[in-house]
Amino acid sequence: MSNKQPLLEVKDVKLHFPIEDGVLFKRQVGAIRAIDGISFTVREGETLGIVGESGCGKSTTARAIAQLHPVTEGNIYFEGKDLTKMSTKELLATRKNIQMVFQDPYASLNPRMTVRTIISEPLNIYVKRRLLEMSQTEIENRVEELMEIVGLSRFYKNRYPHEFSGGQRQRIGIARALALNPKIILADEPVSALDVSIQSQILNLLKDLQKEFGLAYVFIAHDLAVIEYISNRVAVMYLGKLVEIADSVLLYKNPMHPYTQALMSAAPIPDPQIEKNRKRIILKGDVPSPDKERIGCYFYDRCPKKMEYCKTHIPPMKDLVKGHQVACWLYGKKGE
Amino acid sequence: MIEKNKTEKISAEKLNIASQWKLMRWKFYRHKVAVFSLILLSFFYFVVIFGGFISPYNARQNDIRYKNAPPQRIRFFDEDGKFHFRPFVYGIEAEFNDKTFQTLYIRKTDVKHPVYLFVKGDPYQFWGLFTTDRHLFGTEERAMFLMGTDRMGRDLLSRIIYGGRLSLTIGLVGIACSFLLGITIGGISGYYGGRIDRFIQRTIETIRSIPTIPLWMVLSIALPPYWSVVKVYFGIVIILSLIGWTGLARVVRGKFMALRKEDFVMAAILNGASEKKIIFQQLLPSFSSHIIASLTLSVPGMILGETALSFLGLGLQAPAISWGVLLKDAQQIRVLANTPWILFPGLFVIITILAFNFVGDGIRDAADPYSAI
Repeated sequence: MSNKQPLLEVKDVKLHFPIEDGVLFKRQVGAIRAIDGISFTVREGETLGIVGESGCGKSTTARAIAQLHPVTEGNIYFEGKDLTKMSTKELLATRKNIQMVFQDPYASLNPRMTVRTIISEPLNIYVKRRLLEMSQTEIENRVEELMEIVGLSRFYKNRYPHEFSGGQRQRIGIARALALNPKIILADEPVSALDVSIQSQILNLLKDLQKEFGLAYVFIAHDLAVIEYISNRVAVMYLGKLVEIADSVLLYKNPMHPYTQALMSAAPIPDPQIEKNRKRIILKGDVPSPDKERIGCYFYDRCPKKMEYCKTHIPPMKDLVKGHQVACWLYGKKGE
Repeated sequence: MIEKNKTEKISAEKLNIASQWKLMRWKFYRHKVAVFSLILLSFFYFVVIFGGFISPYNARQNDIRYKNAPPQRIRFFDEDGKFHFRPFVYGIEAEFNDKTFQTLYIRKTDVKHPVYLFVKGDPYQFWGLFTTDRHLFGTEERAMFLMGTDRMGRDLLSRIIYGGRLSLTIGLVGIACSFLLGITIGGISGYYGGRIDRFIQRTIETIRSIPTIPLWMVLSIALPPYWSVVKVYFGIVIILSLIGWTGLARVVRGKFMALRKEDFVMAAILNGASEKKIIFQQLLPSFSSHIIASLTLSVPGMILGETALSFLGLGLQAPAISWGVLLKDAQQIRVLANTPWILFPGLFVIITILAFNFVGDGIRDAADPYSAI
């Protein structure tokens, strides 16, 4: 896997949302640091899972990659080209390869559009903008083909989203994401709004699609089991920063960052014997508000293994073993 | 049994592949009152479009012989109960009562005016294209007044048809104006937010805080008196729609604010949809039923507004003919008591407004895929 070219490279990306104040004339008084300097790569055909608590910037990361929010700092390279510096036209042509599947299948499909309109929309827009050549009949056939690929009957194409179950809606969302033959799909918690039984169906569908079309996924979830099942590599996020990236097997076997360890220990194990002896690391306090600039480790306030040094020094990402990066002063030399 | 299953299957399949408009049409047909109202309105508009041809007389032709004549009936049977293949109206003659000083009309059963189709009558311009004197129906002599005449002996039916030209279209034109304004301004306000939004909202509040009738009065006084009827007509339309757009603009703004953060809008942005496309294809259809409903429901508002303005003498003025202008004649109680038929235009206002309301209801239900089919 490692010999493959990186398809997507995220480099030192920061995304800050301004906080405004004032009655008539707004001025910026601060910023929410939704993403505060993250870097990772995704190779062709692999799945990168991103885990983390609510509000740690997972979804914002996906949106930053898709250029739905302009990044404050940093670069995002897709096949070597920087998305953040592209003109609208170029961006559209490139973004054909980057599609999203959204979390809430009830909010992500326009309730007033039929399934056909929803799935054909990207095609129609790209045809209209002359970035794609397709006739109306071809589009129609493509819609039917996509519906069958994701396991829906083509007879449903004139139905409205409300006539479908959550799982079926998510299939529609996946069909829409597939319409333009993307190379990478950003899946923003695609299964967290679904029943457990439906979750596995959707996960298997995503896996099958990956095999069939050679897709890469950036798969965001807060469910560790889901991430373990689908990911080749896993990135752990905390407060807008990555704390650990590793191959899935490595990370689950040997979590190194104290935050990852705490996360892992919180996940229940479906074996009563082991579950009984599971040691839990209970983190104190809540995730701090991401609205101030930090000079030390972002996890310092809640870290069970904190040291004096961590308070004033931000730990960089360090390669420990091949394919295992951690941002923590517990490992490697300090003061590099 | 098998036959029945087969037909059911076919209809289910038909339902699955039908387009949105087809589904809407099917659903609309189920609303019987709305369908009836739509037919009625279409009939009204048809009559108004071919007004010159359908109205028996020129609406401005006065006739001193028939002042304040009561409505007459078209008859097939005469006094002796004899059937006539060609319908006719009885002749009437004015008789002055020197005790009460009233003019009363007496039916003269010996004079019968047969009613013909495509009869020659007052000349008129057909759509401004050519002059002709053929009318759909009428008598050879000027003697048939199906809804009576006014104090100058003008045929009320013809006047109602001619009045409908203004009254029925003023609503549509006015609605078109205020919806254009409302959706555009409300859309901008909601979609972009921020400073623009605050400015627009304060403007709307200011406009809404001015009482309507005084505002109408001021604006209509501002219309120069030397303007032609058509110009005054458009002036009134603009006055009505300048006030009418604010309510819709607020609704549109609120909806836009709520919807623009939805994931499906995100998905559209991701796919490179232009702002225009997002506004008109993603956001507006989400409340199209609401828009259609308030559209059809505010047509009557406009018609009523015109009627009210003209009734007060602020809107259209004679010699222009509109339902409001016609009703102005009914302001005096004495006139009403003696010639109640001059309230006929009011009846048409009521019917039109009810019909618009029912059609609006029907369309709203049909456009909403969330009510059961």
